[in-house]
Amino acid sequence: MVPEASFTSYYGRPVINAPVWRSPEVPGYLFLGGLAGTSSLLAAGAALTGRPGLRRGAALGAASAIGLSGVALVADLGRPERFANMLRVFKVTSPMSVGSWLLTAYGPAAGLAALADVAGILPRTRRAATLTAGALGPAIATYTAVLLADTAVPAWHEGHRELPFVFAGSAATAGAGLGLLVAARPENAPARRLALAGTICELVAANVMVHRLGLLAAPYRNGRAGRLMRQGEAFTLVGLAGSLLAGRSRTLGVLAGAALLGASACTRFGIFEAGMASARDPRDTVVPQRERLERRGLGDRAVASGTGAPGSDGAR
Amino acid sequence: MTETTARAPRRVSFSLLERGDPADATGYRAHLERVGFFTDTSVCIGCKACEVACKEWNGVPDDGFRLTGMSFDNTGGLSGNTWRHVAFVETHAPAADAGDGELRWLMASDVCKHCTHAACLDVCPTGALIRTEFGTVVVQDDVCNGCGYCVPACPFGVIGRREHDGRAFKCTLCYDRLRAGMLPACAQTCPTDSIQFGPLDDLRMRAERRLRELQDAGVSSARLYGEDPEDGIGGAGAFFLLLDEPEVYGLPPDPVVTTRDLPCLWAHAAVAAAGLVATALTCFFGRRR
Ligand code: SF4
Ligand code: SF4
Repeated sequence: MVPEASFTSYYGRPVINAPVWRSPEVPGYLFLGGLAGTSSLLAAGAALTGRPGLRRGAALGAASAIGLSGVALVADLGRPERFANMLRVFKVTSPMSVGSWLLTAYGPAAGLAALADVAGILPRTRRAATLTAGALGPAIATYTAVLLADTAVPAWHEGHRELPFVFAGSAATAGAGLGLLVAARPENAPARRLALAGTICELVAANVMVHRLGLLAAPYRNGRAGRLMRQGEAFTLVGLAGSLLAGRSRTLGVLAGAALLGASACTRFGIFEAGMASARDPRDTVVPQRERLERRGLGDRAVASGTGAPGSDGAR
Repeated sequence: MTETTARAPRRVSFSLLERGDPADATGYRAHLERVGFFTDTSVCIGCKACEVACKEWNGVPDDGFRLTGMSFDNTGGLSGNTWRHVAFVETHAPAADAGDGELRWLMASDVCKHCTHAACLDVCPTGALIRTEFGTVVVQDDVCNGCGYCVPACPFGVIGRREHDGRAFKCTLCYDRLRAGMLPACAQTCPTDSIQFGPLDDLRMRAERRLRELQDAGVSSARLYGEDPEDGIGGAGAFFLLLDEPEVYGLPPDPVVTTRDLPCLWAHAAVAAAGLVATALTCFFGRRR
């Protein structure tokens, strides 16, 4: 189990403090945010191309998902009654601040689009709200990758180049799944195509990320996170196959839709758990940093910045 | 309790963009000299007076009464309820040093580094974390909503969310005492001057002198940690003289402020979002079956 890379730690204690975010609230939000964002995008596309069934179903799905995640996010705060403090300032250096403002704009638009659609009123407002939600949706679906990567958690931060693509793929998978659940043939054709694109993007991006992470691939492969990631892949393959056949039968479409939603959820929960595991393991923090120092070359500077290895500074 | 709001800067601070003096960069027109701690672990005797003084002065709740089995350290590490933590390392002295392989104790009092580029401050969405006129980093407890983002952002595992209370807490470098012209409680109480407080520039000179002194005396393992303004956090406001590698004391060997990569993160997310839009819209073309 223990790889060759030897390292020292303080009684095996973690170097960084692990996130205090709770499951299922936070990983659930990662999933629901992606689902909502892509669903709004589908609803907007359906509105533009005259597919009222898909439009209504997707808009309703987006509004429910974002409503639920809003509740989860507030519940996860240490001081829920102070949630409005999120809007005290706007900071680009804080993805959570950016996300709060995005949600403030997106949530009402998604809600209004669904409400007007279901009630069958205010067609022009509905159209405007649907298109606004559609425009903001992709940001809602992907900013959460920045949120996770902008921490000292090794498995998240070191995957920061690929993580947005994993999240975009996972969001597309979820949105396509919902599309297949709510819309029948022929209106679900865009959802079927999106399922294909989303699953391939999710699979490729996740595998590239884990491959490039080297030592930090372990948290994505082992334990609870590893199980979730593998389940996600299995669901993805089932959903992918199902969506190819979904044009033939409604039942197959519904089954494929459910599998795609499961795939996206497993991936998000898996990534969340991988980060938690890597935060708790001092090796994940220490070894990559040591390797970075060694690549830079030890010398006087290394001693000055507190990293000099005895032996490299003439101690022998 | 510390009164942290009275002199809060009107501008929100982005430590990422700070160059030179962080209080300047935050927008203080007139501010005091940047202060900090130099913790010289070579003279620490592990009495934990700093831990106690900190708890007493700042009204920090207990962190549980457990026996950890980690030498004399039953505190464990820094958290919302521990703002000074004395580490005890039992190790064999390197043969090059005087001890010649015999067992030795390393003791070190750890604390918030009050980073020049402070990740906790950058990621805080409410603006609860601020840069003070002393160049230190402080949580305003009447603003924090307990989102918890600062906790995994800190590369040193310093800040924590207090259970039952729900808000984040960490060392304030005794902001209230500084404003009253007093020493921070830990520095005041430290019997060996292992914890030294003062203007950062003075401390850096003192540390260089002490390092040379030790090295001349044959302690080749002595090194400074966190004093270099060119490091991944722009230099710490609270830095250390260590007698072994940082990770031996539970410190990261090459800490980097996570927001350094933020432009790259946002750029990748923007490309991914654009890709999502393009892909989804493309799916609406083609045959309507
Ligand atoms: S050590 Fe951690 S808590 Fe202290 S200022 Fe730096 S990032 Fe913030
Ligand atoms: S927990 Fe409080 S101090 Fe920490 S980032 Fe959130 S609002 Fe800011």
